[in-house]
Order: sequence, then C-alpha cells, then structure tokens
Amino acid sequence: MSHRKDFSGYLFILPALLVILVFRFYPILQAIRMSFFKWGMAGPLYTVGLKNFSRLFIDPKFYQSLGNTFWYVVFVVPLTIIISIFFAQLLNQKIRGRGAYRTIYYLPVVTSIVAISVVWKWIFNPDRGILNATFGIFGIEGLKWLNDARGVFEIMLAPLNIEPSGFFAGPSIALLALIIMAVWHNIGYCVIIALAGLQNVPGQYYEAAKIDGASTWKIFRHVTLPIISPTIFYLIITQSIFAFNTFTPVYVMTQPPGGPLGTTKLVVFYLYEQAFKLWNLGYANAIAFVIFIIIFLLTQFQRRFIERRVHYE
Amino acid sequence: MNKKFPVHILLAIGAFWMLLPFFWMVSTSLKTQMEALRFPPTIFPQALMFVNYLEAFRQVDFSRYFLNTIIMTAGTTFLVFITSTLAAYAFARLKFWGRDQLFMLFLAMMMIPVPVYLAPSYVILSRFGWIDTFLALIIPWSVNVFSIFLLRQHFKTIPQELFDAAKIDGLNHLQVITRIVVPLSKAILITVGIFQIVSNWNAFLWPLIVTHSDSMRTIQTGLAYFAQAESTNYPLLCAASTFITAPLIIMYFFVQKQIMESYAHTGLKE
Repeated sequence: MSHRKDFSGYLFILPALLVILVFRFYPILQAIRMSFFKWGMAGPLYTVGLKNFSRLFIDPKFYQSLGNTFWYVVFVVPLTIIISIFFAQLLNQKIRGRGAYRTIYYLPVVTSIVAISVVWKWIFNPDRGILNATFGIFGIEGLKWLNDARGVFEIMLAPLNIEPSGFFAGPSIALLALIIMAVWHNIGYCVIIALAGLQNVPGQYYEAAKIDGASTWKIFRHVTLPIISPTIFYLIITQSIFAFNTFTPVYVMTQPPGGPLGTTKLVVFYLYEQAFKLWNLGYANAIAFVIFIIIFLLTQFQRRFIERRVHYE
Repeated sequence: MNKKFPVHILLAIGAFWMLLPFFWMVSTSLKTQMEALRFPPTIFPQALMFVNYLEAFRQVDFSRYFLNTIIMTAGTTFLVFITSTLAAYAFARLKFWGRDQLFMLFLAMMMIPVPVYLAPSYVILSRFGWIDTFLALIIPWSVNVFSIFLLRQHFKTIPQELFDAAKIDGLNHLQVITRIVVPLSKAILITVGIFQIVSNWNAFLWPLIVTHSDSMRTIQTGLAYFAQAESTNYPLLCAASTFITAPLIIMYFFVQKQIMESYAHTGLKE
C-alpha cells in the first residue's frame, strides 16, 4: 500500500519535474559552470570560459550597461514607490469613485510593454510628440528625449561649471524617458500593494494621534510608515529585481538599439545583444552569471540593511 | 465645499496622467498620417480613420500573429493546469521520499531571473530542433512553480474527511483530483488561468528569441517588428497597439479582482 503511494507521488510530479530539470535547472548549471572554468576546472571549455570572463572584466560596454542599469533602478524604484504610497494614502479613505481610481491606476499593468513602448516613443517624439507640444504651450523648449545622450547631472551641474562625465553624468535624457515610462507603468501595481498594507493600520491609531494633535506628516512618519514598512520592503525588493530585468522598452523605443551613445543599454539588453545578435552565447553566459550574482546580492543586501529598519508587528 | 475636494483633485490629476497615454494611443490611431504629423498636434482626430485598423492588418499578418498567440496561450495554460494540479496534489497530499527537498528545488528555480537561463535554454532548444516551433513557445513554460505553490497551499486546506471518504469509495488518486480537488479549487484555478493568459498574451522576450520566421510571430513580436518596419507611421502603429491591448483590457474590466490578486500573489511580472 505505502509502496504504491510512493510511486504515484513521483508519477504526479514527473511532468513538472521533467520540464523544471530540462528548462530551468540544467540551463542554470550551464551558466554556473562557466564561472568555475575561470578558477581552472579542467575540461574542454577551459580556455574559452576563462576568455569569456577576462573579456567581461575589461569590457567598457559591459560596465556602461551596468552603470545605466544602476541609474535606472536607483531612479525608477524610489520614484515609483513614493508616488504609489502618496496615491495609496489618498485612496485609503471613504471617498466616492475609489474603485474607479484603482481600476484606472492599475490599467497600465495589464497592458503589453511592447504596445506602451510604441505609444510612449510617440509621446516622446522630439518634433511631433505631445510632450514637447505641451512644453511649447508653457514656452519651454522641448527636449530631444530618446535621442539625447546628455546626462541629467551633467545638465544640472553645467551652470556651476562642473562637468561630470561617464557614469557620474547620471542617466541620460534618453534613459530618463525610459524611467518616466517605467514609473507610469509600475505605479498601479505598487498602489494596490501599498493600499493593502495601509489597510493593516488600525483606525484607532489615527484617532489617538489626532487627539494628541499630531500633524498629518507626523502621523504618517510615526504611525503609518512603521506599520507599512514590511510592505515597502517587499516593494523595494520586487521592484528592484523587476527594474533590473528590464529589456522590452530598450528594444522597442531606442534607436540605434541601446540608445544614443549606448546610454539606454541596460544589462539585460546587452546580454540579448551578445547572445542573439552577435551569437556570442558563451560570453552571454558570463554576463548572465554576473546578473545572477548581482540580483542575488541585491536581495541579500536589502535583507540585511533594510530589514533591520523594518518594524514587524 | 466638500472637504474631500482636494483629495479628489489630486486623484483626478493622477488618473488623468495614467489615462493620457491610452487616450493618445486611440486618438492617434484614428488620425490620417498628415494630421498625426501636425505640430502642435490636434487633440481629437478630425476625421475618424477606422480604416487604419484594417490597413495595419493588411500591412503585416496580424491575424496569423493573433492565431499564434492564442495557440501559445491556450497550450501553456492547459499544460500548466495539468502539471500544476498533479504536482501540487502530490506535494500536498502524498507522502514520498524526498518530497520536501524536491519542493524546495522547485521553489529555488522560481528565484532565478529569466535572463540567466536565456542563452543556455536557446542552445537546448536548438539541440532538440524546436527553435521556431510552437514546442519552443509552449513546453518550457508548461510548468509554473508559483501555480504549484498556490495550489499546494489550497489543497492542504481541503478537509481530510473528504479524502478518507473517497478512499472508502475506492477512488484512485486521479479520480480524487477530478471529482473532489478540482471542484473545490475553482477560484484558485481561475486565478492561475488568468495569470497564464495575461503573461502569455504579453510575453515578448521569449518569443523574440525562440522564433525567427514571420509565420511564427506572436502579437507582441509582431508589433515590435511592425514598429521597426513602419517606424514613422504612428496612426497605424497606434491602431495596432490598440487592437493588441484591447482584448486584455476588456478582460480586465470583467475579472479585475482576480487579475490584481494573481499579480499580488506573484509579485514579479515578466
């Protein structure tokens, strides 16, 4: 009896296990194997593996793509979360049309990124786009957006005669366009999650704070924020990983691929280019391994340094 | 004046910005190319060029792309239902050696970001000779660990008495699944299904990599291709974007709660 039970257990997970082993586990082993070659594990791929990694560490385009990704994540994640908490806070009360607002804010989340990239590319069009047209109404000179390789800090510090370059020039205007779109796209999801977090705050906490005469900001800082900090922590992690994996907008919106002077080339796009445009599959594996390590460290880092400041009830 | 008035103003401004790109997409899709290129632009189209939608369908084979997407979505969703239900049942209800270790292995696979296994997966698929076929679009995604996880959680809550009764009636495991477990898990299965539909409909990177020929394009890779081929014809591009997003947006209005739930569960979007 128990033997037959054992057998059916394996049988039932077999289809799932097979797919997982062939299309997840094995590919990951392949990617990891590349890294061991670097430390001199014997095998026919030894020299190739070593070459891939040594090439990676001196590849300026790889560093540029990492730098771009860094700025992209550092801008997208906090902006999205702050704006989302603001709107979630507004929605966390009895007001008419609450459901309708939620529906509208969430709408971009279910929309395909390819389609919204096409539309935002049109919005950002430097000559005919509605964004520059709106700027025109207010007498502001339009930007070249997706064609503009100048760094944001470079522009901001120009009046002070400081000229940061490379990484320190910050995200380019072109990358800023992608950042704006990403914030717009992700707000809905974060609002819903933040709203769920806010609904955990017991109503009497607010009552008590109000009776004590605390200001709105003080209530938010000392009552709301500590209670929703696990939610924020969760959002920071998931949004960082999500932003780190961004590919589609770079592919659809930027011309030449990777943007002006490569300033919108995010690391996943660089991997794609190496693997499937230049067919350097081994080299792409090395990039993939670095991506894996960074995402892993990212989660660990956030666990250690942010979780300490998170208040769990 | 209502004291909630400022709140409404702020929320309305937010809603305006969220909707603006959608409005602009539909508005542009109905303009002539001449009108679309006018600067400053007209807010509403002067003549409603519904013909743009037909023209977009004529220029590239969107009907084929829709068909491919439907086949891919139906295939993966169907297989995910089967693999997840069976695996979740085994993990939740059966005892076998190494069960918990295997489950941990499954969960660990979920933590791996997609870019990490793109290149190796491609090599495997080409060794199988699956590149540019539906097999490459469907089989690697026929298992969804998160669905297994969700279903397992749910199956554990089904009362033991039901299983005991089924045993007395002499039902085998498959009969238990089809007659007891599945009928009691409709809501969660719908969540799993909706998540599959949304993520397949919007899938881009994978189809882009594993298919090459025009006849194998999905709507997303098809739109990206169209956007490169017709990079300045914005009315046609917006028309295509509209009819590609419309099915999901319509579905969204009906099953909004489930969609939000399925995303809240998974956290990560691909």
